[in-house]
Parts: sequence; structure tokens; C-alpha cells
Amino acid sequence: MDGIPRLGHGFRFQWEPAQNCHVLLYPEGMIKLNQSAGEILARCNGQRDVTAIVADLEAAFTTSGLRPDVEAFITMAIDKRWLRLDTASA
Amino acid sequence: MNAPVAPAPTVGPPMWLLAEVTYRCPLHCVFCYNPVDFAQHEQELSTDDWLRVLREGRELGAVQCGFSGGEPLLRDDLEILIGEARKLGYYTNLITSGVGLTEARLDAFKAAGLDHIQLSFQDSTKEINDFLTHTRTFDLKQRVGDMLKARGWPMVMNVVIHRLNIEHIGRIIEMADELGAEYLELANTQYYSWALLNRDQLMPSREQLKRAEEITNEWKAKLADRMRILFVVPDYHEGKPKKCMNGWGNVFLTVTPDGTALPCHTARMLPGLCFPNVREHSLRHIWFESEGFNHYRGTGWMKEPCQSCDHKEEDLGGCRCQAYLLAGDPNAADPVCPKSPHHERVLTALENAESLNRQTRPLIFRDPKESWRLIQEAETTAPSD
Repeated sequence: MDGIPRLGHGFRFQWEPAQNCHVLLYPEGMIKLNQSAGEILARCNGQRDVTAIVADLEAAFTTSGLRPDVEAFITMAIDKRWLRLDTASA
Repeated sequence: MNAPVAPAPTVGPPMWLLAEVTYRCPLHCVFCYNPVDFAQHEQELSTDDWLRVLREGRELGAVQCGFSGGEPLLRDDLEILIGEARKLGYYTNLITSGVGLTEARLDAFKAAGLDHIQLSFQDSTKEINDFLTHTRTFDLKQRVGDMLKARGWPMVMNVVIHRLNIEHIGRIIEMADELGAEYLELANTQYYSWALLNRDQLMPSREQLKRAEEITNEWKAKLADRMRILFVVPDYHEGKPKKCMNGWGNVFLTVTPDGTALPCHTARMLPGLCFPNVREHSLRHIWFESEGFNHYRGTGWMKEPCQSCDHKEEDLGGCRCQAYLLAGDPNAADPVCPKSPHHERVLTALENAESLNRQTRPLIFRDPKESWRLIQEAETTAPSD
């Protein structure tokens, strides 16, 4: 998977103390995110590409082999329009 | 009395703070859900009051903030309130008819960080006719729609459906598409407040409703790539009580123009309940401690047939206001439920809608003069203490 994931139109990502989790807000709704979803989306800031996101997560959690899980999540999130993927090679 | 007390339900944070910032409105919709006695509740909160309410709501954990009314554009401080709400971390939603909306005002909302706008069609007769005949209202909505899109907001439309416009539903959808709407909610009238006064005139027949849903489904398929259409079925026709407000005191905290806090925007009508005012209490107290918010939480308040019903957790007995309006008892089962001993009243209203030679009186339009008339009427018919 190539490209730079960024939040879908109309979605906002933030930490919610009252929910004790990261959430995605959108018109009239809220999705509560589990920890790994929150960690991935926190890195989808429109600047890192998928490779950089995977590297950053692996460094933060001193682990390796996260790429398949991250790609699976990003694919699902694109399908749900939480994310869009900019693939234009600049 | 030694009735067994059901365990108190666990109370989580509200998700929504609904700020009904004013009851003032340039329109006179016959289906308006504002209270019929709105004219005596027009002492509006100040800007500072609202800023405090927004902060307290956010501290409670509310994430969605809706600005509605009346017509919220009539508050000069709306951009200040939106800006503060956005800064506090709310997802901010504005529900407006678009009447009076200017480029400059929209720029101010954009700068304030407004996330979302829902444009509604708030007039049942004249406006829909104007709209259908491509005149003034269509131009207004088109202008507003273009202004929204130019600033990166999606075009989201809401149209209240009733007997007077249901035959035009295909044309309404077609024109929403011409306006570039990405989301269209076709909401069948719910019969409270002004809509209840006008129920005989507004309720469609079963055949009209069935046809409207078919036409909507055809358009849904046709426009699937560019418009999402939601058809909200009325609970009278469905014969199924709805889980009102997704549970009393569960998701929504409404603050009305005069500061009264309500679990639902029509709950003020319920007798025997005292609803707190944000001028006197914090939102935390209101949400967790007040009698008004605790009274119908969970299922402990129920009587038969709800108490022993298998569906009681699903629908929570339906709508308390509808129970009061139709059964005269806010603790009764919602009469739209076939198990309700008062279900016949719903059936009678439905039967009446089938009849072609209905006796109908003129529509009652929502305006302050009518509101005062209705207040006086209620006072003269109320039993004296």
C-alpha cells in the first residue's frame, strides 16, 4: 500500500477524557476507537505515508511486523470513509 | 407504598448538547416542534450564560453540539457561541432554514470553525410551493447551497414530509439533486406541539405513504452514487413505539432559549415534572441529580403493559410526550404500541387520514400571536387549585 492517509472529509479525530479513548467525530455521530485504532489514526496526519506510519508505530512500541495489521486497518478505514489515501506521486 | 425499586441505571455522559438559542423565527411552520406556549418562554439566555453552558456541557463529556431554534441566525452572537464550542472540542452543527444567511455571516462561521450545516425546509405550504415552482425559495436554497459548497461544507438538506407535500416527493428529491444536495433527510411529521394541533391536515393516508416510500426507493437507487437519502417512517403508521431520544437522559441534553434544561425538546409539556434551569444549576447537577432527568431513566418507572413486556429495553416504553398527549398519562405505554390500552386513539387518527371527506379546520400557523391565544385558552380550561 502506497500513499498518504489523511482523515476523511467531515471527520475529526480527538482524545475524549470522558470516554477514556480516542474518538472519531462526524456529523451527528461519534465512533469510539480501541487503542490500536487510536494509535494508527493519531499518525494519519496527512504528512506520513503508510511506510512512515508503520515505522513510527514499530519504534513507539519497540516491535516489528506491524505492516499487515496497519494496512488492514487503513483499508477498512478507507472503506468506511474515515480515511482517504492520497496516492499522487509528488 | 412498598413497590420494588428497580436498580438505578448507570448514567454515562451526554453525547449531545442541543442549544436551542432562540424561539424567534421568521417562519410560521404548521409542524414546528417548539412548544405551543413558546411566547411565554422568550426570556433568552445571555451570551455569557451560553458560554458557561457550553463549557459545562463539554466538561460533562458532550461531543456533539447542535445550534437550533427557532431560527438560530437571529442570535447576533451565534458566531461567538460556535467559536467557543469549536474551541472546546465539540463537533459543531448548525440547523437553519438559511433565511437571512449572508456570505459575510458564513465566512464568520467558517472562521469560527463550524463543522456542519443542515439546511431545512421549514414551511409547509407557501415555501414548498415556491420551491416546487422554482421561484423565490428555490433561489434562496440554491444561493445558500452554493455558498456552503464554496466554503467546503457538504450540502445537507432536511424536508419535513406531510399530507400537503407528500405527493410531490419525487419532485422534491429531484430538485434537491439539482441543488447538489449530498444528503437528504425526508422526515415524516412527528405529531407534537404545532404538528399535533394540525394533525388532521398533516397526516398522510397509508396509500400516500406507501407510494412516497416507493418513489423514494426508486430515487435512492438512481442517485446512489451522489446522494444519500433517508426516509424517516412515522411511528403512527409503523405501529411500533420508538426508543425516544435513544433513552431519556441518555444521549441528549437540550437547553431551551430561556435556560430550561430538558431530556428532549418537547418534554416541557409533561405534567408533574420540574425541569431545572441553567441559570440556577450546573449542567452536572442537571444531568446527574435533577428529578427531571432521572425520572424516566431506565425502566423502573414503567407500569403495565410495559413493565412485563419483552420489548421494554428495546423501546423503553416509547415516547413520554406522546403517552401524555394521547393517553393523558405520561407513565402510560406510548399509544402507538398495539399493546397500549389507548392504541385505538392512534387508529382513529389513522382512519381519519384515510377518509376523503375529512372535516378539517384551517391550519394553525406557529407565531407569537397564536401562541398567546393558545396560552390563554389553556388557562381558561385548566382546573383551578
